[in-house]
Amino acid sequence: MDEDTAADGRGSAVAPENPREPLAHEKAEQAARIEQTSRSFGITPEQYMLPAAQQIRMLSPDGSLIAEEEQGTGAGHEYLVPEDEALLAAYEALVVGRRINDQNYALVRQGRLAVYPSSHGQEACQVGAALALGAGDWMFPTYRDSVAIMARGVDPVEVMVSFRGDWHCGFDPLAHRVSAPSTPLTTQLLHAVGVAHAAKLRGEDTVVLAMCGDGATSEGDFHEALNFAAVFEVPVVFFVQNNGYAISVPLSHQSAAPSLAHKAIGYGMAGEQVDGNDMVAVLATLRRAVSLARERSMPLLLEATTYRMQAHTNADDDTRYRDAHEVELWRRHDPLTRMRSFLSSQGVLDDAAESRIAGRAEEVAASLRTAMTADPPIDPLEIFDHVHAAPTAQLREQRAQLADELARGQED
Amino acid sequence: MAAPAPETRTADPDAAPRPTTFAAALNTALSDAMAAEQSVCVFGEDVGTLGGVFRITDGLARRFGEDRCFDTPLAESGIAGMAAGMAMNGMRPVVEMQFDAFAYPGLEQIFSHIAKFGNRTRGRVRIPLVVRIPYGGGVGGVEHHCDSSEAYYAHTPGLKVYTPATVADAYLMLREAVDSPDPVIFFEPKKLYWSKEPADLDALRRQYEAGMSGESGGSGEAGIDPAGVGAEGRAVVAREGTDVSLISYGPSVSTALAAAQAAAEDGISAEVLDLRSLVPFDDAALSATVEKTGRAIVVAEAQGFASVAGEIVARIQERCFHSLASPVRRVTGFDIPYPSPKLEQHHLPDVDRVLDALDMLQWED
Repeated sequence: MDEDTAADGRGSAVAPENPREPLAHEKAEQAARIEQTSRSFGITPEQYMLPAAQQIRMLSPDGSLIAEEEQGTGAGHEYLVPEDEALLAAYEALVVGRRINDQNYALVRQGRLAVYPSSHGQEACQVGAALALGAGDWMFPTYRDSVAIMARGVDPVEVMVSFRGDWHCGFDPLAHRVSAPSTPLTTQLLHAVGVAHAAKLRGEDTVVLAMCGDGATSEGDFHEALNFAAVFEVPVVFFVQNNGYAISVPLSHQSAAPSLAHKAIGYGMAGEQVDGNDMVAVLATLRRAVSLARERSMPLLLEATTYRMQAHTNADDDTRYRDAHEVELWRRHDPLTRMRSFLSSQGVLDDAAESRIAGRAEEVAASLRTAMTADPPIDPLEIFDHVHAAPTAQLREQRAQLADELARGQED
Repeated sequence: MAAPAPETRTADPDAAPRPTTFAAALNTALSDAMAAEQSVCVFGEDVGTLGGVFRITDGLARRFGEDRCFDTPLAESGIAGMAAGMAMNGMRPVVEMQFDAFAYPGLEQIFSHIAKFGNRTRGRVRIPLVVRIPYGGGVGGVEHHCDSSEAYYAHTPGLKVYTPATVADAYLMLREAVDSPDPVIFFEPKKLYWSKEPADLDALRRQYEAGMSGESGGSGEAGIDPAGVGAEGRAVVAREGTDVSLISYGPSVSTALAAAQAAAEDGISAEVLDLRSLVPFDDAALSATVEKTGRAIVVAEAQGFASVAGEIVARIQERCFHSLASPVRRVTGFDIPYPSPKLEQHHLPDVDRVLDALDMLQWED
């Protein structure tokens, strides 16, 4: 640039730059966004990005509301107790979710399902994930998030056909804005970033909730997804359900970080920790994360501390890596009983509502029993039909071969 | 040394096409695809300001803005995974992997998701994206810069695998890849980037766009198909012959053509088939040439064990056994990690090695 005009004719001496002093590299725009956001809360960027001193908790284990000053909240980490109507809807989803988990567990034992990774004990996270999102938002679940998918409105039977063994994904992801549950760990976090990025480029205010577990945070794609989300400033809420174990390996063998939420600051985003068995706090923190992401077009990381009460799957034996006493301790923090006693004490939940909700849970369980014990016909030839948008000549040949084998089999 | 430039297959004798590089054809194809369709976006490492280490994306960020051509953090799984998500949500990403061997961190995303999402969801969620990979040797590249990795992708159901060998195909096949409803792995032979052939990119654009709108079927002459539209699954006869078929693709087509020229001087008439698309595969064209000549040699740079070349040989014997006058041979790279620059000449299939293979065929009935 022209120095004469820049000096504005005053001839003020500008100190020459020290040639030994390295120039500062340009920071990502996200850094300015964090700066602006933290300033609006009257705190430093570090205070904003680091999780609050203690995890956010609103309900005590016995279901009473914790005094506001003891909830772990503070400047920049403020969370509102959701309104009664939302809490009652969350309770209903909890009861239905628990019933679904237990029904599916039974169906596995009866040999009707190939496998079912249960979220028994983690239902507050499942329900919160679904209820915090708007209709236009997206969810990227894992294999353990069936209850979250159902709470989002996907027909439970369509969710379960994959576990019955009919097809890999039984529902339409585009219709519900819920991706096919991912089995490889954290790969779906990058898809979430891509969906958010596409929406952002079109000027849509879509928020994407990307779900994973504690073990998954060790995967490389966890790092790549959080980094991409921050660099591209896309509204993705990364929601980690820390249930303490990756199959058998405890969290202490996955990470030496003070908490998983602490990882956020390394990417230039805010992290928070919440009691994942506290339905009120889970919904409150997820709602705020979703609205911050939407309003400011930036990613956030929320770690929910919870516990998987059952084994990893029916093929797992959890007595080999954890003792019954530990499981018993967590039973006292059950999200469902906590929420029930809270809502009853508040007068939000009465016997009539309780019995209506129990009736609905039974209806869903019955529909699952009926559907999962049925064996609807599956067309074997369909295995060739969706590999490409249109089958190749090679797949048409192989399809004809199988059709011929099937036809001859019927003749025998 | 570099093999002689292949014969041109440009169809229109009236045009006076200028010498055009393979790189320019790819660049123009990307630019035209972005102009034609707002959802097309280009990203990867160094593809924005720099225009790519091979300059294939040169000028795209300037012309279309940084929303549509941009640099990503240096992470190939991130690039592939984000592209999958964008494709799920209405975009048509074209991503660049900087070099063949640097694409490997993205393989989980490509194998487990990009290839499988359409099938997983019964066709409800398609992933229309292109992964561009500069591949192959012959450029004096150091380790990790010269792999022929096509077999990994061709072995994965759900992917399409294209590899052009001519300037015209570089343009037409990349346009086709971008418009494909399926994920396409687009292998660019990096030794061809700066090779020139007479080609009229404006004419190719008109040809492609007319083909897309169904105005032109492309009139084949002498078994040579001038239309790149429909290159998917369609091989072309790059040189006609009667005694033996040299089956090739990508960087090895020029080697096969040079060998055919040399063989002609010895009185052997070799036909050269350029496969163009490995998936889908053109069994009809393969059978047609082998049934015509009765002999076949597959020429490919990649190491031969468990390779695309091996697959081609298997298909020939399954489908053309009774037409064969000789065992089918392969001329491929050796089963070694790609050698260092001063040694690559010993590894790469060349004209002499193809001619040796020709000599080993059974010529007396």
